[in-house]
Amino acid sequence: MPEILMPRLSDTMEEGTLGRWLKHEGEQIHKGDVIAEIETDKAVMELEAYDEGPLTRTLVPEGTTVPIGTPVAVIGEPTAPPPEPAPAPAQPQPQPQPQPTDTSAESAAPPATSAEPSRPAAAPRVPTPAAPTRVASSPLARRLARHHGIDIASLTGSGPGGRVVRADVDAAVDQGDAHPAPRPAAGAPSTAAPAAAKPPVGPVAEADEAVEVPLTTVRRLTAQRLTDSAQQAPHFYLTTIIDAQPLLAFRADLNTRLGDRGPRISVNDLIIKACATALRDHPEMNASWDDTRILRHRRIHIGIAVALDDGLTVPVIHDADRTTLTDIAHEARGLTEKARNGHLTLDDLTGGTFTISNLGPYGIDHFTAVINPPQAAILAVGTAHPQPVVRDGELAAGTVMALTLSVDHRVLDGATGALFLADLRELLEQPLRVVV
Amino acid sequence: MPQTVTYRQALHDTLRAELLRDDDVLLIGEEIGVFEGSYKITAGLLDEFGPRRIRDTPICEEGFTGAAVGAAMLGLRPVVEIMTINFSLLAIDQIINHAAKMHAMFGGQVSVPMVIRTPGGGGQQLAATHSQNLEVFYAHVPGLKVLAPSTPADAKGLLASAVRDDDPVIFLENLALYNTKGEVPDGDHTVPIGTAAVTKPGRDVTIVAYSRAAVIALDVARRLEEEGISAEVVDLRSLRPLDRPTVCASVRRTGRAIVLEDDWLSYGIGAEIAATVQEGAFDHLDAPVRRVAAAEVPLPYAKSLERAALPDAAALTRTVHDVLEATGFPLEPLPSERG
Repeated sequence: MPEILMPRLSDTMEEGTLGRWLKHEGEQIHKGDVIAEIETDKAVMELEAYDEGPLTRTLVPEGTTVPIGTPVAVIGEPTAPPPEPAPAPAQPQPQPQPQPTDTSAESAAPPATSAEPSRPAAAPRVPTPAAPTRVASSPLARRLARHHGIDIASLTGSGPGGRVVRADVDAAVDQGDAHPAPRPAAGAPSTAAPAAAKPPVGPVAEADEAVEVPLTTVRRLTAQRLTDSAQQAPHFYLTTIIDAQPLLAFRADLNTRLGDRGPRISVNDLIIKACATALRDHPEMNASWDDTRILRHRRIHIGIAVALDDGLTVPVIHDADRTTLTDIAHEARGLTEKARNGHLTLDDLTGGTFTISNLGPYGIDHFTAVINPPQAAILAVGTAHPQPVVRDGELAAGTVMALTLSVDHRVLDGATGALFLADLRELLEQPLRVVV
Repeated sequence: MPQTVTYRQALHDTLRAELLRDDDVLLIGEEIGVFEGSYKITAGLLDEFGPRRIRDTPICEEGFTGAAVGAAMLGLRPVVEIMTINFSLLAIDQIINHAAKMHAMFGGQVSVPMVIRTPGGGGQQLAATHSQNLEVFYAHVPGLKVLAPSTPADAKGLLASAVRDDDPVIFLENLALYNTKGEVPDGDHTVPIGTAAVTKPGRDVTIVAYSRAAVIALDVARRLEEEGISAEVVDLRSLRPLDRPTVCASVRRTGRAIVLEDDWLSYGIGAEIAATVQEGAFDHLDAPVRRVAAAEVPLPYAKSLERAALPDAAALTRTVHDVLEATGFPLEPLPSERG
C-alpha cells in the first residue's frame, strides 16, 4: 500500500506546505497524475504520483506544513482484499460478520489493510494523523517478510493477540498471492514443502521492481561524503566555454614530437598541469574549509576523480605544480590503473587540495560536480566538441570545451573563482604557457 | 572403554586423579576426612593421601575458605568442599571480595587457583534454608568462574579443568544428580570451561538448561520427539563464562527459546539467557523467550508443596506446547486429549 511522501523539491527544502489537493479520496490515480500542489519556500510545485490505485486516504489537510518525508497520502492497491493467511481456500471478501466459532486470535487481529471502501470525495473528513498501522509481529516474521518482499501489514496474525508469526508469512509465501504485484518467474511459488520458502541467498529481492545491491565500503563512503558536501557546503557554479582548438593541436603536436620517448599526454594531463599552474597564481583557491576556519595550503595536490565499478575514488597527484607534464601523465596513468585494480595506497588518496572531474571522455558537454570535502573547489571538465563559433565577427567551425567550477561559498566568493577560471582559460587557450 | 559410573563416583575419581597428578592439590572442608564427606565424595582419600592433603576443618566456612584463598595465593591448589551452597553464604566475603578480586587488584602479581565444590538444589525435603540454588550470586561476579555440570562425564571433565585453572572456580553440584549414571571417558578427560553442549539437536525450539534442569530438558526433548516436536537442548555447563554464541546459534536455527532452571525466576540465569538471545538472535525469534523456573517462595518442606514449587518435566512440556501453538506449529493432539 504505497504511501506518498512530502518530496524534497530543492536542496534547501526541509518542509513543504500542502497547498491544494487536486485528487480526492476514492479517486483513481494513474502514474504521473498530479495529485497535489506543494508550496516550498521558493515556488509552488506539482506532486506527481508514482503509483496506481485509488487514493485511499489523504493524511495532510490543505495548508498544512510538514517535514519532507512525511506521508501525505496513501494509495491503495488496485485490487484490494487482503490474502487469507490460513491454508484454507481464500474467500473472495472477508465479511466482518460475527463468527462466534471463529478463533479468538483471528477476531482480535487488527484490521490488516486498506480494504477500506472508497469514500465520496465531497464528504468532509477530519484529517487523520499519519500514524502507520502497528502490526504485532515476531522479529522472525518481520525478517522473513522483508526477505520475501511481503508487507507485514497485509497479513493476518495467528499468534497471541493477532501477532503475525513465521507460519503466517510461510503461508502467504506458499499461496504466492500476498504480493501486490506478480512475483518474478524464477521465484514462482513452490508447491513443495514450506522448507522451499527459504530466504534467497545473496542480493535480496526487496520487491519485484527493485533488487537490493549490497553497499560496498567505497560506495557508502562516497555517498556519505558527497551528501555531507552537498548539504553543508554552499555550492555555487561558474562556467566558462573555452576554445579548445589550440589545446588539441598542441597535444597532438606534443605527442608527435615525444614519439616513443614518454607516455602519451592526454587532455586531462594538460588540464591538471594548467590547474596547478593557475592555482599557484591564485593561492586563495587552493584552500579548504576546516569546521570554522579556512586553511590555505602551501602545496598544490590535485585529485583526479576516477569512476570505479563500485564507486568513485580520487587519487592525488602531489605537488602537481612542480611536476613536469610527462611526469604528470605518467603518474596519472599509474594512479588510474591502481584505482581500477584496487591497489591505491592511503598515500595515493590523501592530501588533495583541489579536484578535477573530467567526463569529457564520456561525451558529456557540460556538468557540475559536487565538491570533494573539505576542499574549496572542484573543476568539472566537459568534452571538446565541434560547434559553430564567431571568430573575428565571422561564423566559423570551432572546437569548444566547457569548464565548470563548483566553489564552496564559505571559503570563496564569485569574483575570486571567476578570476581563477579566467586565468585557467587563458592558460588552456595558449597551451605553450602550460609547459613553461 | 568408557565406563558407566555415577556422578558421585566421577567426582571422587577425578579428585583422586588430580591429587595423584599434582602434589600441590589439597582438599579442605568439613568432615571430608574421617567422615569421608557428607556425600561421600572424598571416601578413602584421607587414608590414601594423609591429613596434610585432606584437611578436616571446624565448622567455620569463612575461616577455611579464607585459608584456602591464602594457600592458593602462595601456590597451592586447594579444593574446598562447602557442605551445601547454603553455607557458602557464610564464606561469601572470602569468595566475592577476596578470591574473585585478588588477581585484578594486585595487578596480576598473584593468582588464586582454587576450586569451591558445593552441592545445592531442592527436592530432598531439606526445607527452605537447605534447598537453595544460589548460583546466580556467584555467576554475577567477575573474577569467578562458575560451573554446573549435569552428567558424570562433564562432572569429570569440568572438575579436572577447574582444578587446573589458575582462577577461582565455583563448582556447583546438585544433590539430585549424585546418583545419576552415565558413561565417563577413560583416562585424562577435560572439558573446556566456558563451552556449552548441544546435548540433543532439534529444529523447532531451543531449550536452554544446566545442572539438574538439563537432565529434565533432555528427557522432555526425547519424549517430545514422539509427538513430532524436534527440540534442541543446550546444556550450559558453564554459567560464567557463558557460551553465548552456542545459545544464539541454536536459537537462530529454531526461532524459539525456552530456559529451564531450578532457580527462582526473577533476576536469574534465565533472565540472562533471555537478554542474550534478544541481543544476539532477535531477528530470528518467532516468539518471546519463555522461562520455566521455581516458584518464588522459600522452598517448602512438605513434599507435595516442594514438588509443586520446583519446575518439572510437565511444566516444561506445557511451555513448549504453548510456544509452538502460539507460532502456528501443527501440533498433534496429546495422547491424553485423544480420549
